[in-house]
Amino acid sequence: MKIVIIGNGIAGTNAARFIRKRSEHEIVLISDESWQPFSRTALMYIYMGHLKTEHTYLYEDWFWAKNRIERVFGRVNRLDVQARRLWLNDGAELSYDKLIIATGSLPNKLGWPGQDLAGVQGLYHLQDLAGMERHSPGLQRAVVVGGGLIGIEMAEMFHARHIPVTLLVREKSFWGNVLPAEESEMINRHLREHGIDLRLGAELQSIVDNGRGGAGAVLTKEGERIDCGFVGLTVGVSPNVGFLRDSGIELGRGVLVDAYLCTSDPHVFAIGDCAELRQPAAGRRPIEAIWYTGRMMGQTVAATICGEKTAYQPRLWFNSAKFFDIEYQVYGDVPARLPATVSSLYWEHPAGKKAVRINFDTATKAVTGFNLMGIRYRHEVCEKWILDGAPIETVLQQLSLANFDPEFFSEQEKQIVGQYNARQGTHLQLQSARKLDLVRRFLISKSSI
Amino acid sequence: MNTQTVPSLSLANPHPPGATLQQKIALALVGIGLLILLLSWAGQASWQPLLSFVLSFSLITAGGLWYARDIYRGLPEGIKNNGVMFRSLSNRGIAGWITGVMITGFYTCLYWYPEWLRGLIQLFDPFSRALRGLAADQWFVYGSFYTFAVLLMGLKFMLKYRHNRYQIIRTVSVMFFQLIFSFLLPAWMQLLHQPDFYFSYFWPLKAEYLFPDKIAYLTGNYAHLGVFLVFWGAVMSFVAVPVLTYFYGKRWYCSWVCGCGALAETAGDPFRTLSDKSLRAWKIERWLIHSVLVFIVLTTVLLWLNSWKQGAVLGQFSQAFSKTYGFLIGSMFAGVVGTGFYPILGNRGWCRFGCPQAAILGLFQKYFSRFRITTNGGQCISCGNCSTYCEMGIDVKAYAQRGQDIVRASCVGCGIFSAVCPRGVLRLENGSIDISERGAELRL
Ligand SMILES: Cc1cc2nc3c(=O)[nH]c(=O)nc-3n(C[C@H](O)[C@H](O)[C@H](O)COP(=O)(O)OP(=O)(O)OC[C@H]3O[C@@H](n4cnc5c(N)ncnc54)[C@H](O)[C@@H]3O)c2cc1C
Ligand code: SF4
Ligand code: SF4
Repeated sequence: MKIVIIGNGIAGTNAARFIRKRSEHEIVLISDESWQPFSRTALMYIYMGHLKTEHTYLYEDWFWAKNRIERVFGRVNRLDVQARRLWLNDGAELSYDKLIIATGSLPNKLGWPGQDLAGVQGLYHLQDLAGMERHSPGLQRAVVVGGGLIGIEMAEMFHARHIPVTLLVREKSFWGNVLPAEESEMINRHLREHGIDLRLGAELQSIVDNGRGGAGAVLTKEGERIDCGFVGLTVGVSPNVGFLRDSGIELGRGVLVDAYLCTSDPHVFAIGDCAELRQPAAGRRPIEAIWYTGRMMGQTVAATICGEKTAYQPRLWFNSAKFFDIEYQVYGDVPARLPATVSSLYWEHPAGKKAVRINFDTATKAVTGFNLMGIRYRHEVCEKWILDGAPIETVLQQLSLANFDPEFFSEQEKQIVGQYNARQGTHLQLQSARKLDLVRRFLISKSSI
Repeated sequence: MNTQTVPSLSLANPHPPGATLQQKIALALVGIGLLILLLSWAGQASWQPLLSFVLSFSLITAGGLWYARDIYRGLPEGIKNNGVMFRSLSNRGIAGWITGVMITGFYTCLYWYPEWLRGLIQLFDPFSRALRGLAADQWFVYGSFYTFAVLLMGLKFMLKYRHNRYQIIRTVSVMFFQLIFSFLLPAWMQLLHQPDFYFSYFWPLKAEYLFPDKIAYLTGNYAHLGVFLVFWGAVMSFVAVPVLTYFYGKRWYCSWVCGCGALAETAGDPFRTLSDKSLRAWKIERWLIHSVLVFIVLTTVLLWLNSWKQGAVLGQFSQAFSKTYGFLIGSMFAGVVGTGFYPILGNRGWCRFGCPQAAILGLFQKYFSRFRITTNGGQCISCGNCSTYCEMGIDVKAYAQRGQDIVRASCVGCGIFSAVCPRGVLRLENGSIDISERGAELRL
C-alpha cells in the first residue's frame, strides 16, 4: 500500500514514523517548507541564537533512509480524490492508496489596511523567520499585535536582538482570555520588567506605509500612532487548507474528520492543526492547534491506517509555554473565569514569579485542574489526581509527589498547604516526599476514589 | 491624536550592542593584568616577581568579576543563551581557533618545552615558596592557572545561573575540591615534606596510584602516611566509586569533585554546545573510552605480574609501559586534546572519549545505579535545547520526545539540560526503579 502524507510537521512526521513501526507500507512525505522535518516550536530559539536550524531537526539524517520514508520537496496544489492522485507545483504527479493531510496552519490576517506591506507578517513557517531576519538590521522598533503565545515569543525574539518592542494586546491583560487574572497579571509585570512596551486594551486599526511600500507605523483604534519598521501579526492561526477547496473533501474551518480522523473520503485522513473534529470530546475544541495534538493524532492515524482502527482520544488537556523566564504548565481545566461551581486555591510566591493554582469542584472537592507558573509539576501525577477525582485535601497532603523542579530547589508545597489551612481552618500536613520511588508507587496504585 | 513613541524601553537587554563604560573599564583591568603576565613571561618578572604576581592576578580577578557582574546585573534571572550561536569563540570561529591554538601551544610548552615558560615560573616563585616551601616549576604554574580559572569562571557561572540552586551548589563543590584537594592540600603536604598526593584522583585516572613502583615508593619513603595514602587510593577506587555511583550516578565525581570536570564546567561552559550529538560520535566514544580503560587495566595487571615475577615478564619494558600511558593518555589526550581543543571538540572531549575513570563510573551508572533522568510525561516539544546544551553529546531530545527515561553511561549529571528546557521536561533523579514504562500510554 502506498501512503502519501502532505506536510512534514510533527503530525505528518509522527504518522510516518508510526506507520513504519507498524508496517512495511510505502511512505511518501511531502513538504513545501523544509526538506528536514524540524521543530516549529523552536523557531524563536534560532532567531535568538540559542540554537541553529539543524539543532531543531526532529531526527538525524540517517533516520529517513533507515526507515525508508521517502521525502519529497514541493507544494501540492491539486488533488483528485476519485483518481487518488495529486499534483505538485512542478507538475509532478503522485498516486496514493491512503492520503494523510497534515498541512498545519497559516497566521491570521484580519483584513487590516496595510497588512500586505513589506515588513508586516506573522510567524509560522521557516520563511517567516527569514522575513524577520531580513527586516532586523537597523530596525528601530517592532510592533507585535496580539497577546498570545506566538505574540510574546515574537516580543522576546526582538528583545533578544536589542530591538525595542511594543506589544499590542486587545484584552485588558496578557492572554486574558486563557489565563486567570493573577497569572495574567504576573506576565504583565514580567513583560514590563524586561522592558517591553506593553499596551493593554489596545487594538490595531491600520498599518501606515513608510512611503516605500513598507511598514512605517501602526495606528490603534484608541487613536495612537506608533512608529515602527516591522509589524508582527500574531492573532491566531487558521487551518492551511485553501488548496483543498475544489477537491470535494468536506471542509469547515479545517478539514472535517470523524473520530478516526477520516475525512469525507474514506481514503483521506487529516491530522494536526488542519484537522477539525466533527465531534470533539466534551469540553474540547474542534481544532486544537498545538504541538501535542499533532503528535497524538499522527500516532492515532498510523494505527488506523495499519489496520487497527483507533479513535482519537486526546486524554486530559495539558499544555505548556514559557513567557520570557517564567515557565507555564497547565493540566486539566483551568478557565480564565472561574465557573460558579468551581473553587480555586491560588498561591503565589512573595517574589511574584512563581505560582500554583489548583481548581476543584466546590461540592465534591474533586480537583479539576492545575496551573503552574515558574514551578514544574509532573504530568502523570496531576493527570492521575484529576482523572481519579482526588479531593483537594488528599491532593494537598500528597502534593510533593508532583514536584518536578530540579534537586535543591526550594519546595513550595508546605506554603501552599499552609495557605489552604489558614483559609479553611484545616490542619493538613504534607505527607509524601518527592521521591521517585513514591511517585512510581502512587502512579501504579489503583484509584482509591 | 499622535502620541510620541516611548524611547527604547529595552533596559534589561543582555549584552547590549557595545560595552558599557563599566564593562570597558573592567576589561581594561583584565587587559593590564594579562599584559603584566605576558611581560613576565617574556622575562621581566625578575623585576619584582611578587609585585607583578599580585598585581596581575588581582587585576584579572577584579576586572573579570566586575565585567561578569555588569553583564548580568539588573537582568531578570533566567537562561542567558541569547546569541550563543552567533559568537565566534563558541562556534569554532576565529576567536575559537585562536583560543584553541593558544591553549594547545601552552600545553605543548608545559609538557615538552618547560624552559620556554621560565619567565612565568619566575613570576610564581614567591607564591610557590610561601605555599609549599619549594621553588616554582612548570607544574606549579599550571596548577595555579588551572585553579584560578576554575575559581574565576566558576563565580561567573554562578552569576549566570543564580536562579538555579542545583547549579550553584554543584559549582561551589567543584571549586572547593579543586582549590583544597587538588591545589592547597598537595602544596601543604609538600611544605611538610610529604608526597604531593591528590586525594580527589584515584586509579584508573591516576593510574600510577595503584602501580607497584608508586606503592613501593609511598610505603617505603613515608611510613604510616604512605600506607594510609595507598589505602585511601584503593578504598576510593574499589569502594567509594561503586557505592557512591550506585546512589548518585557518576555525577558525584564528574561534575562535583573531579578537577577535569571542574575546569570543563566553569571555564569550559561556553563550549558545551560543540559536542557532537550524532550516533556516529556515540559509537566512536564507546570504542575509544573503553579501549583506554582496557589498556590501563592491562597495564596495571602486567606491571603487578612483572613485579611479582621480579621483572621476568616485562624486563625493561615495564618502565616503557607506564611511560606510554603517561605520554599518550596523560599528556596528549587529557591535556593537549582534552583542554586545548575545548573550542573545537567541546568542553568534555577528554571526559567523553578518553577518561578511564569516566569509563568505569559510566559502566556502574549504566548497570548498577539508581541514577536516572526522567521526562515529564508528554510535555516535550522537540525543540532541541537539551541535546544542544548537553556537553556529553547525548541526544537527549531523542529520548525526551518519546517520553522515555534516560540512563546513559556518559551522562555526568551536570543538569544543564534541565535548566535550558523551556517546557520543564527533564529531571535528574536518584531512584531505584526505571519508571519509563509508567507512561507507556503517554509515550508518543
Ligand atoms: C512560533 C510558534 C511557536 C509554537 N509554540 C508551541 C508550543 O510551545 N506548544 C505547542 O503546543 N504548540 C506550539 N506551536 C504550535 C505548533 O507548532 C503547531 O500546532 C504544530 O507545529 C502543528 O503541526 P502540524 O504537523 O499539524 O503542522 P505544521 O507543523 O504546520 O506542518 C505542516 C507542513 O505542511 C506544509 N504544507 C502545507 N501545505 C502544503 C502543501 N499544499 N503542499 C506541501 N506542503 C504543505 C507546511 O509548509 C508545513 O511544513 C507553535 C507554533 C509556532 C508557529
Ligand atoms: S529541551 Fe525540553 S522540550 Fe526541548 S527537546 Fe529537550 S526535553 Fe524536549
Ligand atoms: S544528559 Fe543532561 S545531565 Fe547528562 S551530561 Fe548531558 S546535559 Fe548534563
